[in-house]
Amino acid sequence: MKKYIAKRLAIAVIVMLGASLLSFLLLYFAPGNPAHAILTAQLGHDPSLEEVAFFMMKHDLNNPFLVQCSQWLYMITHLNLGTSFRTGEPVLMEFLDRFPATFELAFTSMLIALLIAIPVGILSALKQNSILDHSSRLVALCGVSMPNFWLGLVLIMFFSLKLGWFPCFGYGTASHLVLPAITLGTGLAAPLMRLMRASMLEVLRQDYIRTARSKGLSEHLVMWKHGLKNALIPVITHMGMQTGHLLGGAVIVETIFAWPGVGKFLVDGIYARDYPVIQGFVLVIALFFVLSNLAVDILYTYLDPRIRYDVENKK
Amino acid sequence: MSLYLKLKKDKPAMLGIVIIIFFASIAVFAPYIAPHDPLELNLEERLLSPSVDHPMGTDNLGRDVLSRVLYGTRVSLSMSAAVVTIIMVLGITIGTVAGYFGGVVDDVTMRVVDVLLAFPSIILALVIAGLLGPSLTNVMIALGAIWWVGYSRIVRGSVLSIKEKEFVEAARAMGCSDTYIIRRHILPNVLSPVIVLATLDMGHIILSIAALSFLGLGAQPPIPEWGAMLNEGKPFMESASHLMIFPGLMIMITVLAFNFIGDGLRDALDPRMQEMLIK
Amino acid sequence: MTLLSIENLNAHFHTEDGAVRAVNGIDLNIEEGEKLGLIGETGCGKTVLGLAILRLLSENTKIEGKILYKGKNLLTMSDNEIRKIRGKEIAMIFQNPLSSMNPVLTVGTQVAEPVELHQHLKKQDAMRRVIEMLKSVKIPLPQERVKEYPHEFSGGMRQRAMIAMGLICMPSLIIADEPTTGLDVTIQAQIVELMKEVLRDSGTSMLLITHDLAVASELCDNIAVMYPGEIVEYGSVRDLFKDPKHPYTRGFLNSLPSKGFKPITGTSPSLINLPKGCKFHPRCSLATDKCKIKRPELIKVGKKHYVRCFLYD
Repeated sequence: MKKYIAKRLAIAVIVMLGASLLSFLLLYFAPGNPAHAILTAQLGHDPSLEEVAFFMMKHDLNNPFLVQCSQWLYMITHLNLGTSFRTGEPVLMEFLDRFPATFELAFTSMLIALLIAIPVGILSALKQNSILDHSSRLVALCGVSMPNFWLGLVLIMFFSLKLGWFPCFGYGTASHLVLPAITLGTGLAAPLMRLMRASMLEVLRQDYIRTARSKGLSEHLVMWKHGLKNALIPVITHMGMQTGHLLGGAVIVETIFAWPGVGKFLVDGIYARDYPVIQGFVLVIALFFVLSNLAVDILYTYLDPRIRYDVENKK
Repeated sequence: MSLYLKLKKDKPAMLGIVIIIFFASIAVFAPYIAPHDPLELNLEERLLSPSVDHPMGTDNLGRDVLSRVLYGTRVSLSMSAAVVTIIMVLGITIGTVAGYFGGVVDDVTMRVVDVLLAFPSIILALVIAGLLGPSLTNVMIALGAIWWVGYSRIVRGSVLSIKEKEFVEAARAMGCSDTYIIRRHILPNVLSPVIVLATLDMGHIILSIAALSFLGLGAQPPIPEWGAMLNEGKPFMESASHLMIFPGLMIMITVLAFNFIGDGLRDALDPRMQEMLIK
Repeated sequence: MTLLSIENLNAHFHTEDGAVRAVNGIDLNIEEGEKLGLIGETGCGKTVLGLAILRLLSENTKIEGKILYKGKNLLTMSDNEIRKIRGKEIAMIFQNPLSSMNPVLTVGTQVAEPVELHQHLKKQDAMRRVIEMLKSVKIPLPQERVKEYPHEFSGGMRQRAMIAMGLICMPSLIIADEPTTGLDVTIQAQIVELMKEVLRDSGTSMLLITHDLAVASELCDNIAVMYPGEIVEYGSVRDLFKDPKHPYTRGFLNSLPSKGFKPITGTSPSLINLPKGCKFHPRCSLATDKCKIKRPELIKVGKKHYVRCFLYD
């Protein structure tokens, strides 16, 4: 088991190395001279050629590609992601400052998604082809098809502008959290529900469910003890992959609701061409994504004894 | 039973196909159907509620929302078709080369794929589109640059399995060139799973284009793109809710139609291909 | 005394390809302590019959007739009542123990379930009972193995655990559905040996569903031969082997390796498209015109020997 985790960790490190290289390349090959863009932002007017040349020298931007590349790698391995052009603060600090807000939103959304998706998915599978099943599937399909920024806008229009129940943007109180979390949560819930239903149906067809019934177990026990744990395994794997969606969705939802999180700061950074922020945030988000996938991989081996057995015996 | 017959029995899938054909004809005939010029400003008729003359109302510059929505089908369908084409070409080329030639080429490509998969795709697209500068073309490039990854993996997988088949061995033994074998034996077998995957992805692609345009990185005013229309209408949503409702509904119906078709295809597929797509 | 009596049982269900008539008018009795073998080829409806007894068929199956267990009709019982029979009075042993056991629960947990449920044993007592039971089916180191998962067991050990699970509540009747299928030949012999031993010790009745005549003759007192949906011959193991009456039974016996491997010509009909008259007539060399039209009744040909064939009319 330890060997398995170590191996996965090694792969994650290699992938992250590649990811940092990619984030470097993104900016290295970005059209236009970043120095020009940065100086324009700092000075408030078009910089002179001398100013640009001085800036490039100062920030080692004239160095050969490989030198710049290794400088970047040196920086990030020393937890230095540079400083934001807009705020002058270290990028890593900016990220850490905003991370709690994003985490709060993502966590609540995931919770909402699970609370909707798992019970509805199970019920839908148990009462296959009932009205409940058909309608929940249709709603889920609509949920998958709905742009989440639009859902956010519609929720704002209805619940904050028309009914005035919740504030339409901002951060702080629980009521600020409601609309963004619902927006992000329903988007996550729809595919999760479809998967939960399919997985439960698959499990109910298995021989061991019949065995459980043959022992005289009540339907209740058959479902909860024998069905659910098996059916949840693919759902949990999927949730790991959903962290990417969650972060992507958070970017859009945070922008709509002016939620002061990582996503909104990144989008603002893109608008302002705040290169260090773009580079750094993308990298940290990738790190987060890779780590969460790693965590799910490990969790998976604990949930499914078959995988654990394979892992432990192959080494 | 053939895929077509199975699909024909699937009512939602047929509904999806009908909707897409309908929207595609709207896109083609937009100039004849649209009651007004989608770009014509009329400052005296700003933010009008839906009426007989403007069934979906007018926007903040007095443009007819219905006409803009109808022209929007053009932008969305052609854009997403273009993106899907880019993705398929890139995915098939890279996947085939990696799978067929193997060795270092394969290793390098697959590592690149791993690295690209380390980023949430919409965020990477956002950053690329942002760095390239806001425009529809750049959104297309950004989405194409990240989305081929999944396709190349699937193509590579099936190329690897086809490569070992007897008919390929036989062709090689007879002295056929690599390009001939790829064109004649590999590509035809790879194409159908890729097309199915593309259908399943269309909804996603449309949503991504709309999302990037909504964030101001895609279609620029005055192009009537649904996501961009929502972005333009956002400041006026309190007084003119029709600006929010109609473009959003259009996105949803289009994506829903593609998802209906995708679901139907998925169910109708033979298990072998289902397995391939899940991997 | 009759423990289980099946009267005119029919089980039909619908599929996309048409109505499957899996069980058609079957009558069978199992006495207390009797071991009855139900023999037939794959797809002749024998498993459906086994599942019908415990009402484990899917809900869209239409079941008609009676299944009396100790005089009570299992088919008309409430769900609660049938649940008290399942596992406690009548237990099932399934084929393919790997798919029939839950992959994410330990073997101990799964074997313990019937006693926890029906005898209300506490977890620890139940586990003690499980260990005893695993010992009696000759699983080595049972106190260690209860904590393992099904995939950590070998095929033979898994089937032993299945048998332990079936017997743990000391049921009056065991329905064993192909318990040796899919196991290595040497392991098959071990399982047959084991079943012989535990059944002798417990005095439990058994309905053994199998396509393997050798296994049935080892374990059973009487044998019922099933040919798509119905019983074509019934008799003691001795009668059936010494003096098979039905052309199908004869063919079946002749196809055994020990008797020269002569297969019956043709294939058995699908349960969707059953022939008229005697179901066996298309493959029977002795068939007459009558066989094509009329369904023969079960005729008594010996003390406890019945056959469904016009040859003995």
